[in-house]
Amino acid sequence: MSVVFDILASAGLWAAVLRIATPLILGTLGALLCERSGVLNLGIEGIMTFGAMIGWLAVYNGADLWTGLLVAALSGGVFGLLHAGLTVTLGLSQHVSGLGVTLFASSFSYYVFRLLVPVAGTPPTIEPFQPIDVPMLSSLPFVGPALFTQTPPTYAAIFLALALAYVIFRTPLGLAIRMTGENPHAAEAQGINPMAVRYGAVVAGSALMGVGGAFLTLSAFNSFFPTMVQGRGWICIALVVFASWRPGRALLGALLFALFDSFQLRLQTRLSGVVPYQIFLMIPYLLSIAALALMARRARVPQALMQPYRRGER
Amino acid sequence: MTEAVLDIRNVCKRFGDNLANDDISLSLGKGEIVALLGENGAGKTTLMSILFGHYVPDTGKVLVGGRELPSGKPRAAIRAGIGMVHQHFSLAPNLTVLENVMAGTESLWHFRSGTAAARRKLSGICQRFGLTVEPDARVGDLSVGEQQRVEILKALYNDARILVLDEPTAVLTNLEAERLFATLKEMAREGLSLIFISHKLDEVMAAADRIVVLRGGRKVAERLAEKTNKAELAELMVGRKLARPVREPSTPGEEVLKAAGVSVIIDGVERLKSVDFSLRAGEVLGIIGVSGNGQTTLAHLLSGTVGRDRGELLLFGQPVGDLTVDEAVGAGIGRIPEDRNEEGAIGEMAIWENAVLERLPRFSRHGLVDRQAAQAFAGEIIDAFDVRGGRPPTRTRLLSGGNMQKLILGRNLIDRPRILIAAQPARGLDEGAVVAVHARLLEARRAGTAVLLISEDLEEVMALADRIQAIVNGRLSLPIAAESADATKLGLMMAGEWNDEHEVSHAL
Amino acid sequence: MRFERREHRSLALVIATPVLAVLCALALAGVLIAIAGAPVMEAYWRILVGAFGSRLSATETLTRASPLILTGLAAAVAFRARLWNIGGEGQFYLGAIAVAAASSQLLGGLPAAVQIPLLLVTGAAAGIVLLLVPLWLRLRFSVDEVVTTLLLNFVAVLFVSMLIDSILKDPMAFGWPQSQPVADAAVLPKLLSRSRLHLGLIIAAMLAVLVHLVQSRTVFGMQARAAGLNPAGAVFAGVPLGRTLVTVACISGGLAGLAGALEVMGVQGYVTTDLSPGYGYSGIVVAMLANLNPLGVVLAALFTAVMFVGADGMSRSMGIPSYIADVTVALSLISMLTGVFFTQYRISR
Repeated sequence: MSVVFDILASAGLWAAVLRIATPLILGTLGALLCERSGVLNLGIEGIMTFGAMIGWLAVYNGADLWTGLLVAALSGGVFGLLHAGLTVTLGLSQHVSGLGVTLFASSFSYYVFRLLVPVAGTPPTIEPFQPIDVPMLSSLPFVGPALFTQTPPTYAAIFLALALAYVIFRTPLGLAIRMTGENPHAAEAQGINPMAVRYGAVVAGSALMGVGGAFLTLSAFNSFFPTMVQGRGWICIALVVFASWRPGRALLGALLFALFDSFQLRLQTRLSGVVPYQIFLMIPYLLSIAALALMARRARVPQALMQPYRRGER
Repeated sequence: MTEAVLDIRNVCKRFGDNLANDDISLSLGKGEIVALLGENGAGKTTLMSILFGHYVPDTGKVLVGGRELPSGKPRAAIRAGIGMVHQHFSLAPNLTVLENVMAGTESLWHFRSGTAAARRKLSGICQRFGLTVEPDARVGDLSVGEQQRVEILKALYNDARILVLDEPTAVLTNLEAERLFATLKEMAREGLSLIFISHKLDEVMAAADRIVVLRGGRKVAERLAEKTNKAELAELMVGRKLARPVREPSTPGEEVLKAAGVSVIIDGVERLKSVDFSLRAGEVLGIIGVSGNGQTTLAHLLSGTVGRDRGELLLFGQPVGDLTVDEAVGAGIGRIPEDRNEEGAIGEMAIWENAVLERLPRFSRHGLVDRQAAQAFAGEIIDAFDVRGGRPPTRTRLLSGGNMQKLILGRNLIDRPRILIAAQPARGLDEGAVVAVHARLLEARRAGTAVLLISEDLEEVMALADRIQAIVNGRLSLPIAAESADATKLGLMMAGEWNDEHEVSHAL
Repeated sequence: MRFERREHRSLALVIATPVLAVLCALALAGVLIAIAGAPVMEAYWRILVGAFGSRLSATETLTRASPLILTGLAAAVAFRARLWNIGGEGQFYLGAIAVAAASSQLLGGLPAAVQIPLLLVTGAAAGIVLLLVPLWLRLRFSVDEVVTTLLLNFVAVLFVSMLIDSILKDPMAFGWPQSQPVADAAVLPKLLSRSRLHLGLIIAAMLAVLVHLVQSRTVFGMQARAAGLNPAGAVFAGVPLGRTLVTVACISGGLAGLAGALEVMGVQGYVTTDLSPGYGYSGIVVAMLANLNPLGVVLAALFTAVMFVGADGMSRSMGIPSYIADVTVALSLISMLTGVFFTQYRISR
């Protein structure tokens, strides 16, 4: 038990929680935005991979870090456009289209990366985002180093979660998105264009996913390597269900998840040799499955999720 | 007539080979209630969808207050003051009443929803028209009647001056329907203009000032309500004189199916509450009720797709446990589901596959499907039941509703079942197909089949059933003999008003 | 612009769709090759040479096609019943490790004629177990199996990694994490000497025919299709939905597990965590390219294998990253989806 307490009492753990949570927050918000409008976006894993690659590549070629994030967001939006074209305009299976986007986006990122970055013994690196100490707050004992010495994208991600919650629940646009996700026919009858809403939500959501991926290469690490996203996208999809499609809960869910993850990482180093490290690595995935089983029946699913909308067809 | 607030001029709309609207013109005055009367497929809904901008007409135009409405733009229709109350409500069940009403009414790029102002406006409208509803209730938790009120409020909130209601009474009890029409008249007095779509002669006569009759996509007549009568309207609506068959007297045989105190609970909701009925060979027992009162569960119970939680079910005098589909079909129970497209047939499968899917044990050996026998069986059905538009290998989706229903009837009746569970067998069919379906049901009755007819159509039940029970909120009334039933009495029963003690003597 | 459902689909169109989809994907891949500064036609040619140019490369292509046929069938069978099994990769690995464990620890002494069938069953069973978990979660808790099968892929690979790093670790492998090899009697006979082509290809092809017959001729096949097309209608017609899905899951998971088993017994002889270059995921593309038709799966698997083997060769000689094969395969999935749409709908004003 003292091991558990030791770990929980270290400021380093809590700093890591926010760091680990950031890509999950961004990815979950992106997936949530898509699903609120009625589109499941399984392209997330590939879009995050591409965002990680292209953001890194931009910075590696001399762009500044914020431009790197912007490029990742734009590329995410382009893949979102592809997914929306397949699922909104053509009304194809959202499952299969999403997997297609993931397969394409991830293999395309490896292709581009290999093409432009020659194979080397050690992967080339960039200078990533540096932590910024929040004035005053960061000098608080324990809480300061734990929560207020993060890189800028982390602060931005937390702000985005709150902003998205506001947009979805407090603005006419958010109501239009929710209405479209619940019943696109009703939305249309009220003069909302469900196709346009879905396109917008999927493109914007995918841009967030791209940024989430780029955080990995521009802040958490400093280089890109294939398979680095490691199923984080799928975890985000599970977190959306866990969060009952609410941005605030998505933020909490991602933080909770990251807490488990960084806790197990520390436990892993303490227990190395006793328990195989693979067991610890499995935990995030098993945790996601458990979260799904727990919440799938309770959560209020957007009623039109995965239902293509065609005018005049019921 | 006062000046026209709405003018529909020479509208034509074609879907494939089907001319859904053929040169239809219609005008509507301020404060007027016009009924659009017609059968299924007469083109009523298409016309209203054009009016509301869901469809683009091939030719013709719509004028509101003298100005032409751009076609195919619901938003423009809303701005011009047209409000639409759909038959299948366009509501988002997970959102609140206020959210449903507000959605789309503000510019999407406003930084904040004007919730407080919207709430004030909504409560003002509620008071003015006497439509009470809780603004923060989740729409999915409301009753059907309340949901319809939300639909109407949505239109009024958008400052609609012209209100279109598509089959507004389809899901209401008689009492609720009367209340609705009182509200509509109140609105007309306030200066709103209304069009309602219906195929029910009674309500058209009761509520409308003027009646426009559509048939086969064309406007066939226009009458002032005070200058016409039901008989004339019926003839105009149907065109040719099609007499629906009516049962002839007969003596029922032995009891084949009996329910005693049967309750069914689904997802924690008691859908059937201790129901009793007895079905005898060679009779039609009608179960009448407004949809959503447990009919679906009753049909599913007897079709073998849901189990019972309490009570006893006796089949040919023997208690049966939980009936499975295979047992039901094997025991000679024919089953006509209430939703052809959802349950009755799998559209993407061939006609022959749909003919045998529920009786595969008969058409297979060692787990292999006997295609030849199955195709032959389907061919027999097609010939004997006059299924048009397909051969056994045709995809079933390509059949029209009436022909699909004939296929479903055929696969059940061709084997002369001992019991037939017919749930809403003529719903949504055109008059010709209705007559064919009714004739088949009566033919089965003559041949000794016990028919349980579940329907929400008074006329249908009165024409076919020997005895009638009403279903309300999962409870069944005691049966009354058809001879002692009239529309008023059945209407009361459907509203849940029956006297258990009094009716017993009538029935037995 | 609107889409209208086509009343009749012409057979020619249905057959032409995958061909057009593949051509479209190849054209798009050509653009990427051109951007990389290489001559496109030569690249295509090198891919063909790489896949068929010699006896070795041709047998290698067929060797690659075998697991793809099986993972493709696994996806096709499941998708047809609307069971979204995206867990082929995990089932593949679990089948592989089960075979390695069973042969090295338990059954190694048995003669080939007994051991090989037992091992095949073992591999299939391992795949089935992994798929029954998400199916149970779906039936019991309404959890979407897409996400759970995807997540279980990672769990399965980690599980394999754990075993080959501990109890199943080969002490002769100089510390590399790889499993103990299967017994000699468990190695599948070769179809051609001096090649890696093994009996697995025949097994896979026969299973494709068998699955086709099951789907088109049996009561179960008809019921599974009904369950996929319209669950409510299937229930009304008396199809036992849960039991049908469990059977479908057994076939699907079993085929993917078998793919892993055959790869160990026929090609590598032991398990590592890079045994599969994404066979499970490529299986999804194979199934979609085949329009979920089991016989079409064989052809689609062949195309995918050609791309992978051919691109390897092309990559070595022209300096184009071999990932171009993955890109092409993914693009062919997207074009196929679009193509299938246009066999069902037409554009109307």
